[in-house]
Amino acid sequence: MGLMSRTSAIVRAWYSKLLDRAEDPAVTLDYSYERQLELLQNVKKGIADVVTAKKRLELQTKKLETELPKLDEQARQALAANREDLARAALERKAFAQQQLQSLDQQIDDLAAQQEKLTDSEKRLSAKVEAFRTEKETIKAQYSAAEAQVKIGEAATGIGEEMADTGLAIQRAQDKTEQMQARAAAVDELVESGTLEDHTSSGTQLDRELAQISAQSQVDADLERLKGELSGGTQKELEKESK
Amino acid sequence: MIVRVMGEGQFRLGEEAVGRLNELDERAQEALDRDDEGELDRYLDEMTALVRRDGERLPEDDLSPSDAIVPPSDMTLAETKMFFSDQGLIPDV
Repeated sequence: MGLMSRTSAIVRAWYSKLLDRAEDPAVTLDYSYERQLELLQNVKKGIADVVTAKKRLELQTKKLETELPKLDEQARQALAANREDLARAALERKAFAQQQLQSLDQQIDDLAAQQEKLTDSEKRLSAKVEAFRTEKETIKAQYSAAEAQVKIGEAATGIGEEMADTGLAIQRAQDKTEQMQARAAAVDELVESGTLEDHTSSGTQLDRELAQISAQSQVDADLERLKGELSGGTQKELEKESK
Repeated sequence: MIVRVMGEGQFRLGEEAVGRLNELDERAQEALDRDDEGELDRYLDEMTALVRRDGERLPEDDLSPSDAIVPPSDMTLAETKMFFSDQGLIPDV
């Protein structure tokens, strides 16, 4: 047996289980319709979840992107202070942040693909649910119970397949979203602790030293500014006296 | 013959194309039996492409059942195995 026959068997078993609940054709029809509406709600929720997860990753991308120039600046300051070791450490962090960014891009693309698939699924299911609703009223109104059973069988099979297909799409999108959420949480932690270091280097020590160098160059710059102001002031005073 | 490609929708496919589809299906099954993810992906992709290219898309509000169903081509080997296992991958609603 090939994969197609096995897939058909799986899908058939799935919707038979779903719809095999009532003896009365009218009840079966209404019950099936209720499940279809429920599934439509689920797929809508699935789309919303994917969008939320995608937004979160996009936000992380922005945060990481603002880290890059900061790390560059830290490396520059460290080099200016003749601390190549620190400059190297800052650039290592930058490389790590860039890796994270690449992986985030990939994940955002993945989620965008999931979103598109679910949106297409929703569109197809919606169209079939609407067709089923009309069909169900026709069957109820026009056929005897025995004839209705046959008609119901056909309509329910057609839509049952679409339901199984949608159910699978929701499940897969949900799995993907959960994986990404877990990863996003890990990256958030990295960004928020301000340490984009890998696990081998000592983040806190490095942070202190980089902060020190950064403060040192700030102090140097301020000193220069004050000196300039002072000498300018002295010059002005001299100018005043000479008048 | 009406063929559904999971995640894509339903298509009407001529006899000759169905013949080619069945051949690819057999190879896909063999690839799955060998745990050969690369080949499995390749055959499933080819099956999907064949149906899309040679088939005629059914209107979305058509309630006809399908004669054959092609599994999704973008599943990992683990997902595919789960899909075909007793446990299944399609959740209960």
